[in-house]
Amino acid sequence: MIKKIMVAGLLVSTSMTAANARTTITWWHAMGGNLGAKLEQIVADYNKSQDLYTVVPTYKGSYPETMTAAIAAFRANQQPDIVQVFEVGTGTMMAAKGAVYPIYQLMKDMGEPFDPKGFLPAVVGYYTDTDGNMLSMPFNSSTPIMYYNKDEFKKAGLDPNVPPKTWDDVVTDSKKLMDSGAAKCGFTSGWISWVQLENLSAWHNQPIGTKENGFGGLDARLTLNGPVQVRHWDNLAKWQKSGVFQYGGPVGGNDAPPKFYSGECAIYMNSSASLADVVANTKGKFEVGYGMLPYYSDVKGAPQNTIIGGATLWVLQGHPKEEYKGVANFLTYLSSPAVQADWHQFSGYLPITKAAYDLGIKQGYYAKNPGTDVGIKEITLNPPTPNSKGLRFGNYVQVRDIIDQEFQKLLAGSETAQQALDNVDSRGNELIGQFEAANK
Amino acid sequence: MSDNRTVFGAKLLPYFLLFPQLAVTAIFFLWPAGQAVWQSFLRQDAFGLKTLFVGLANYRALFQDPDYLNSLQVTLVFAISVTVLSLGVALILALAVDRMIRSATVYTTLLVWPYAVAPAIAGIMWWFMFNPSIGLFPYMLAMVGYHWDHSLKAGDAMILVVIAAAWKQISYNFLFFVAGLQAIPASLREAAAIDGAGPVKRFWSITLPMLSPTTFFLMVVNVVYAMFDTFAVIHATTQGGPAQATDILVYKVYDDGFIGHNLGSSAAQSVVLMAIVIVLTVAQFRWVERRVQY
Amino acid sequence: MVENRPWLNILAHAVLIAGVLVVAFPVYIAFIASTHGPNDFMSGLIPLWPGSHMVANYSTILSTGISTSGAPPMKLMLWNSFVMAMMIAVGKIAISILSAFAIVYFRFPGRMIAFWMIFITLMLPVEVRIFPTFKVVADLGMLNSYAGLSIPLIASATATFLFRQVFMTIPTELMEAARIDGAGPMKFFRDILIPLSRTNMAALFVILFIYGWNQYLWPLLVTTDSSYQTVVTGIKRMADVADAEPQWNFVMTAVVLAMLPPVAVVIFMQRLFVKGLVETEK
Repeated sequence: MIKKIMVAGLLVSTSMTAANARTTITWWHAMGGNLGAKLEQIVADYNKSQDLYTVVPTYKGSYPETMTAAIAAFRANQQPDIVQVFEVGTGTMMAAKGAVYPIYQLMKDMGEPFDPKGFLPAVVGYYTDTDGNMLSMPFNSSTPIMYYNKDEFKKAGLDPNVPPKTWDDVVTDSKKLMDSGAAKCGFTSGWISWVQLENLSAWHNQPIGTKENGFGGLDARLTLNGPVQVRHWDNLAKWQKSGVFQYGGPVGGNDAPPKFYSGECAIYMNSSASLADVVANTKGKFEVGYGMLPYYSDVKGAPQNTIIGGATLWVLQGHPKEEYKGVANFLTYLSSPAVQADWHQFSGYLPITKAAYDLGIKQGYYAKNPGTDVGIKEITLNPPTPNSKGLRFGNYVQVRDIIDQEFQKLLAGSETAQQALDNVDSRGNELIGQFEAANK
Repeated sequence: MSDNRTVFGAKLLPYFLLFPQLAVTAIFFLWPAGQAVWQSFLRQDAFGLKTLFVGLANYRALFQDPDYLNSLQVTLVFAISVTVLSLGVALILALAVDRMIRSATVYTTLLVWPYAVAPAIAGIMWWFMFNPSIGLFPYMLAMVGYHWDHSLKAGDAMILVVIAAAWKQISYNFLFFVAGLQAIPASLREAAAIDGAGPVKRFWSITLPMLSPTTFFLMVVNVVYAMFDTFAVIHATTQGGPAQATDILVYKVYDDGFIGHNLGSSAAQSVVLMAIVIVLTVAQFRWVERRVQY
Repeated sequence: MVENRPWLNILAHAVLIAGVLVVAFPVYIAFIASTHGPNDFMSGLIPLWPGSHMVANYSTILSTGISTSGAPPMKLMLWNSFVMAMMIAVGKIAISILSAFAIVYFRFPGRMIAFWMIFITLMLPVEVRIFPTFKVVADLGMLNSYAGLSIPLIASATATFLFRQVFMTIPTELMEAARIDGAGPMKFFRDILIPLSRTNMAALFVILFIYGWNQYLWPLLVTTDSSYQTVVTGIKRMADVADAEPQWNFVMTAVVLAMLPPVAVVIFMQRLFVKGLVETEK
């Protein structure tokens, strides 16, 4: 009798495992707020769409916290299958051969159909090795664009349908806005390091560092103290004094958006992914216009193309093949046109494939939602040059901090633009040198 | 430790009693701390794939690094400011409560609860109030002609983190001062009053000297608090900026280790911090032992 | 009261009232913010008077959470914080009282070594040893568990010292009497020491509960499963969103909710709280 029960129990338990034979795939991400909710919904849809794999998304804090958690977990042999890493962590991830499972390799090993040519070159170029192989899967990429307050432009006697094109335009428009009392300040900006230095360089086809901005090897060094960058930072310091520009704080510039939403500043430069917030926070207050980033018209080659920011998905080594099969399958799902178009349209992040962009055009999305394709136009304006493909340096998270620190010293008047950018290079190269030494 | 009390004779029992605490200490404190010390002699990439023994190079680099020397200085200014501000405010409040008879408990209740607020949460609240765009304080300061901007002005940022850190500590210091004041014999003060000493004179000649053991003890506790427990405050407000103006040592450990993945340097900084805590703890403990004697 | 000086009394009241206001003000602002709608924060000044969204904000945060703020419902996070704080408080008291008993009432080889091992935990704040500690916890398979959240934090020198002092003030005659009655050490511990240190335990409990509740960096690192997230880390999640604005009304609602339990503990158990605070440091 007892034996029978035990056999029955065994049968039940084996049949249960057969029914629950879904392989679990872990995904650590850094998407809080509405974006996190959307991400969870995408995953839920995927889990419902098939019965082999269950993807479990876990929010691990901010970008740096997520990356650190994944690294700590890897060292403790507890790493997730997929981790979302922001673009400045790319150098660190790429150097960690043996820890990451390159996407192109994964897709090949798992026999998953994969066409790297279907992706937008300006987006994936940031994440390919020198042979053109894709190492990580772009998920949320954005590029800086310009937002402006149409109502205030009208009040200042400016044409609300003509955004300023060059930096000269920005200054003359700002003066008119301020003199007429339409706005207290001309413009503000999020992400000084990303928008007003890295993208400024790419947009004017100026190098950020040696060896194709670091793509060519670990021994590359920063060269951010070029004439265009110095000129621009010098201007920003002058404009800050005259009130044309207002500083929005370090890193992402948390204080910049309220300055724009409250009408204090009429022009605002920030990520294309801020679009949803801009729309939500200005609804019923004023009409928003969109434009490309301004440029200096006398610089040869400007405007070139902007570079992206945001994050990609890295697959980590050390899991059974079953899981990697699921990972490959899930990544294919994530980059399918319908999912991509939905995510892009919801969040303001760039579509990563041409098919997703075309789907948006077919749906009439860009016609209905002005401004949503400005970012796409910026990154595809010209074929990327070695100066505008992106950048790849180790320890770059901390280099960004240094950029913020030196910018703050510049605005506080304790350094000139030349000194500030010289310091960015020398202090940044110190860190990059340490990274090279640790990863040789 | 040297007392002459009689004891039980069991041989094995004390080891059983100590086992849980010693096991936890060994596994979660000593072993990881030992690893941190070992790590400080290594140079390693973030994922731990390549390791090189470099001896004292991490320490040498540290003390030649202007950012680290700056951080030492910032920590000193921060710790002293937090200590002085929270002790000063707490002492004034304690003196005031000491005069109360009936309302003392009510005031005490209303003053002590910030102790229960998490530093991370205190940081978020103060950041919210000092937000240059929507915060209340920048708005009020603007009315008197001061342009507040802690994202740019080093002084403003330091004031912000000092206030946020001290706010939470006031209640703690307050309770100790109240206890200290109550321990002063009333006869002493009465005698002085009969001699014609006014309240101010009595404070300087009797109250303050009698409070000095409490004050010394609180100073150590507050310095330790400012150096370690304020991590969350800095993290939630200035994140060490602007231009490293509020980059205290413990935040730098986090920043270099967590954000920069420079584990060797971060570990070396941890070891320096451990040395500092050991000095402070020994100072505090000596004081504790003295108190226990009487 | 030494003498009666009315102006001094008035001054004292004024100082205290000002103190109470300064201390309470940030919380007032947080509460006010938690009663407003999402768009009242991005333009101009933060509101100073209550708004009309209080019920909506609190019910959203407590029950649904996910859809609007990207955070799991607070109910779960509050529960996790509670379990973690309870385990830390009870665990610390339990292991500390045992080791204090061993150190005070026994003489055995290695006693001083044990004493110093416990003492050294004072010197190793979690921030200093966090990477290697994480690895140990992961190797033991304790990630994403209440044990992993609490056990690495429960070794405590301060609690051990407190009990040590309490025991040292207990007259030796009591122990001699117990010995003459033939009571063994554990019976003495159970029947005499525990009852005599009951209020100390309660006082310590209040302090440790708050300590456990307010942990931030450790739970952030050691939970990879959001069903183990605690409330303090959950709030940071809401305030720290990538590429978007924090929804201040919800953040502040969560702030108020997260503050309530420990603040309530302090207010309703004030006597024990004061005792615990003063004694753990003495």
